[in-house]
Amino acid sequence: MLNLVLKRAALGLITLWAASVLIFAGTQILPGDLAQAVLQNNATPENVAALREELGLDRPAVERYAEWLGNAVHGDLGTSLVNHRDVAQDLAPRLYNTFFLALYAAIIAIPLSVGLGVLAAAWQGSAFDSAANAVTLLAISLPEYFLGYLLIKWVAVQWGLFPVLASVTPETSFTERLYMTFLPMLTLVLVIMAHIMRMTRASVISVMSSPYIEMAVLKGLAKWRVVVEHALPNALAPIINVVALNLAYLIVGVVVIEVVFVYPGLGQSMVDAVSKRDVPVVQACGLIFAAVFISLNMIADILAIVSNPRLRHPR
Amino acid sequence: MRLFGHKMSLKAQIGLAIVVINAFAALLVPVIAPYPEADVLGRAWAGPSAEHWLGLDNLGRDVLSRLLYGARLSIGLSLLITALSFSLGVFGGFSAAVLGKTADMVLSRIVDLFLSMPALIFAMVVLSVLGTDLVVLVVTICLLDATRIFRVSRALAMNIVALDFVEVARLRGEGLWWIVRREVMPNAVLPLVAEFGLRFCFTFLFISALSFLGLGIQPPSADWGSMVKDYSAMIMLGVPTVFYPAGAIALLTIGINLVVDWLTSQTAAEH
Repeated sequence: MLNLVLKRAALGLITLWAASVLIFAGTQILPGDLAQAVLQNNATPENVAALREELGLDRPAVERYAEWLGNAVHGDLGTSLVNHRDVAQDLAPRLYNTFFLALYAAIIAIPLSVGLGVLAAAWQGSAFDSAANAVTLLAISLPEYFLGYLLIKWVAVQWGLFPVLASVTPETSFTERLYMTFLPMLTLVLVIMAHIMRMTRASVISVMSSPYIEMAVLKGLAKWRVVVEHALPNALAPIINVVALNLAYLIVGVVVIEVVFVYPGLGQSMVDAVSKRDVPVVQACGLIFAAVFISLNMIADILAIVSNPRLRHPR
Repeated sequence: MRLFGHKMSLKAQIGLAIVVINAFAALLVPVIAPYPEADVLGRAWAGPSAEHWLGLDNLGRDVLSRLLYGARLSIGLSLLITALSFSLGVFGGFSAAVLGKTADMVLSRIVDLFLSMPALIFAMVVLSVLGTDLVVLVVTICLLDATRIFRVSRALAMNIVALDFVEVARLRGEGLWWIVRREVMPNAVLPLVAEFGLRFCFTFLFISALSFLGLGIQPPSADWGSMVKDYSAMIMLGVPTVFYPAGAIALLTIGINLVVDWLTSQTAAEH
């Protein structure tokens, strides 16, 4: 088993490296010249030459990639082309905000959706089950911003329960932060809960039809004990996997939600940087998002290996 | 009602009705739209009236007309991209399955590379350099989509290629194109149609999300994603205009999902 885990971890590192190549290459595929593209209308020969020098575009791409990656590993993400400030310093508080929101949503969504999924499986075919099925199908189909604006319209504007915009500052206290980010959190929870709940329900139900469960039922055990003690542990691997995959999705879904609620996170920085064509910031954000996404995918696979009883106790 | 020789469920019929209505709206826009999409007709944010059923937007344009023109651009563009990426992905996936080991490994590793990153993040990196040009948008999303379709069609073809009649065709000396077209394709139609629906949804939501972020389709063309962006500011004053384009996006997605769900269950029942 250790062997499998190490293999998967090594694959994760290789994937991460490949992603860094892809991000770097993505900003080099321009048929003309990066400097020309960044300057657009202000591209006089002198300006282009100056920017080329600043970006070090006269050196070979491989050399620039090695330097970029080496610096990034040491936490130096370069300087912004727009405001000439240190990218790492500018992004650090925003990264914190994004993680705060994602973690907040995850802490609420995971127990809730796994619990509801188990209930739906235990009461399979009941009114609760069909209602949950319909609601989750709807939630999966709706775009994030639609849910976000619905919540803003009703919860924030109509009822005035929570602020419309989640414009936190570094001075915002922790409790106030929880309150201000409640609506973006709720939107994210609704989006990922549907997937986790459906997967939990499906995997518990598939285990429930196996002979040893029938044995437990015939033994006269209470229904909740059959479900929680006998079925759930064996259904855990796919559930853990879908949870980790949804956390990876959370990191991407957060981009749109941050824009809806004007929340100063990493996603919003990236969107701003793309429209201003601030390439170093885009590269940095892309690298961070990719790293989180790849790590979570890797953790999903490793947990699936670890939580599989057949792999944990090899004969 | 029957589709592909199977009786449709009520849910599937509702889904199909939603899709057909949207398709008609997109096709007949010039005839049924009351006003041109970019004409300023009155005061900004004027409420619904007899002349303007859904009111006017942030620049005083007719919301209903923009919604209809938006249907054409959003749906048409998604359809174009899905068709392109589908041809590329399915052909790549089938080739990988038919050609065997080496080709399969090379193609699969390239695809893995693209799948290692979230599509939205990759698209944003490319758009930051190449700019939000329509051609760039189409090519980028097409490439990202094709990698995902490659995975599905490769898995599908792997199961079919293992069957005897493919082996017979190969021994008969038929070429790659013939085997893909005559032996593999007819056995993969139903799951591929379901996959086409899912991919269309994904592309459609993806373009809408990019436009919503201001990185997709650029003004003055009307499309649902950028309409959501333009109309969202007024939500704080309780003006519900934003829900028309956002709701249109949601409705079409739900409609397609209903049909796809039914198709998938039919495929499962067949095997």
